[in-house]
Amino acid sequence: MSASSTDPSLAHKRGEQRLVLLLLAPSLAVVGCLLIVPLCWLVWQSVRQDGAFTLAHYARFFSDAVYWTTFLQTFRIAFIVTAATVLLGYPIAYVAAGASRRWSIFILAMVILPFWTSVLVRAYAWLILLQRRGLVNSVLTDFGLIQNPLALVNNELGTVIATVHILLPFMVLPLYATMQKIPAELTMAGASLGGTPFYVFTRVFLPLSLPGVVAGMVLVFVLTLGFYITPELLGGGRTYMVSMLVSRNIEVYNEWGAASSISIVLLACVFLVFRLASLIIPFERIMGAR
Amino acid sequence: MNRPASSGTVGVSIRNATKHYAGFCALNDVSLEVAPGEFVSVLGPSGSGKTTLLGILGGFVQPSSGSVFLGERDITFAPPHKRDIGIVFQNYALFPHMTVAENVTFPLRARRMPKSEWPAKLKAALEMTELGGFGDRKIHELSGGQRQRVALARAMIFEPRLILMDEPLSALDKQLRETMQIELKHLHRKLAATIIYVTHDQREALTMSDRIAIMNKGRVVQVDAPERLHDHPVDSFVAGFIGEATLLPVSRIDDNSVDLGGTRIVSARPIPHNLKLFLAVHSEKLTVVQDGGDTTANILSGTVSETLYQGESVRIFVDLDHGVRLSLRVPSNHENRSRMKAPGERIAVRLHPDDTIVVPQAP
Repeated sequence: MSASSTDPSLAHKRGEQRLVLLLLAPSLAVVGCLLIVPLCWLVWQSVRQDGAFTLAHYARFFSDAVYWTTFLQTFRIAFIVTAATVLLGYPIAYVAAGASRRWSIFILAMVILPFWTSVLVRAYAWLILLQRRGLVNSVLTDFGLIQNPLALVNNELGTVIATVHILLPFMVLPLYATMQKIPAELTMAGASLGGTPFYVFTRVFLPLSLPGVVAGMVLVFVLTLGFYITPELLGGGRTYMVSMLVSRNIEVYNEWGAASSISIVLLACVFLVFRLASLIIPFERIMGAR
Repeated sequence: MNRPASSGTVGVSIRNATKHYAGFCALNDVSLEVAPGEFVSVLGPSGSGKTTLLGILGGFVQPSSGSVFLGERDITFAPPHKRDIGIVFQNYALFPHMTVAENVTFPLRARRMPKSEWPAKLKAALEMTELGGFGDRKIHELSGGQRQRVALARAMIFEPRLILMDEPLSALDKQLRETMQIELKHLHRKLAATIIYVTHDQREALTMSDRIAIMNKGRVVQVDAPERLHDHPVDSFVAGFIGEATLLPVSRIDDNSVDLGGTRIVSARPIPHNLKLFLAVHSEKLTVVQDGGDTTANILSGTVSETLYQGESVRIFVDLDHGVRLSLRVPSNHENRSRMKAPGERIAVRLHPDDTIVVPQAP
């Protein structure tokens, strides 16, 4: 069999490849112009000062306490938010996956509905609910459950509550997608073979739903790392996250180099999180939650 | 737990089980007695209620009324994990995150059987299903037939008192299915377990079962040994479902003959007194009349409309003189094929009175 250059199937294949390239061109251009180029620019800026190469912006991570306390607080909040979304999201996804079609659509709609409201609006809504004379505190005081209003907002707690609410869909949806694909016969088989409902859940259902848990955790964790509006509005100036450090450096100090280096380090952290997660389950499964 | 050493093979008794779903009766007053060690198939088209019956036996469906006994024990409302029933599911339902050995020992772990007993039981179960050496394999590395065996090994390792099988061979190709049918039959003999086998494949049921329960529209229509079902169907549904039968409407003449479009057909069996009767003609029971021959038999004459070559046999469709069509099957050997009538030619076929089955219309 000779693969001559006049082979019509080869020519057809080459034509097909050209068409694919042509169709991909617009999206490649968008990714290139809006992502790759700015990123390179960011890296460039982070190592420049007064027209010369410098690592001073990165050195500040070791010398300036604000830097790493901010990163620490950001990571702590991300951990708390991730844990809270797992604890809240798993039962929701479990019920939705086991319910009849109509109910599961209803439950998922309830989870996704707030998703369509702006983050800003939701942050203000939480502010109204959680403030000193807000709905939650006044109800609790009226019922005599507490004497003095609880500090629910303008601190880390307020930030966590609102962030959990905003990011819950990112936990519930991959969990639901994974759970829904676990065949019902598996739990039936587990039961018929003598497993109590608890035993079957821990040995069969839970392990099979783990990829969804990891996917949801990675998404929520990474998104929390970059949260800006919520800590800004509900943190009361006491909750300082990395994104705020970036914005302060630009808005207050006009320090583009410092802001860039912080962004690059945060980006590196995100890559690290994905890398660690991909040791547990493949990357495509995190994104597609297959 | 003190179970008899013989692993306590017991019978099953389903008494007047009925299951209503909103506005729909999935199971209508079904009773079925299965003797200890018996292999009973539940055969019926989809929607006949066999899945509901299986669900009630397994504990996944609660009957609206009626009860289920396993031996002496009323298990109607016992949860699935307290039933001691091994189930082989249609798609095997193997745990994908466990190895073969972990799957097979799952019942032992779930039942907290002493760890010292596992290796011997695992070895025996794997050997019984010819899976020796496969213990460390992952489920996705196995072929369909091997998965089938794992499901079997897992369902029998805890020596259940009853094994339920839900169309366990339906996902296999034809050749493997036939091999597994024979293996299952041998396994049944070795285990001496009571087996209830749900299927829609009549050949599978006929090959393996001691008795077959035919289901239709939520009812058990007939429970009988394979030959009895084939030769003594209780109504037109069973007659049409088992074997390759053509149902021809007939009217009663007297106790042993009926009228088929003006032709008197004699039967060796008493004709039922129902209003609507059908003559059930099995393809393989008809023979082509060569010349004259046996005059005691029923002769049906007509025109050949079509012949279909089907490998081991040839199926001949005949339009009878009064307008109905039936089919017969002859082995495709040289003698038959050299005498084969072409479409359009006249043909006469003989149906022996012993093979003349007249059934009432199914309700």
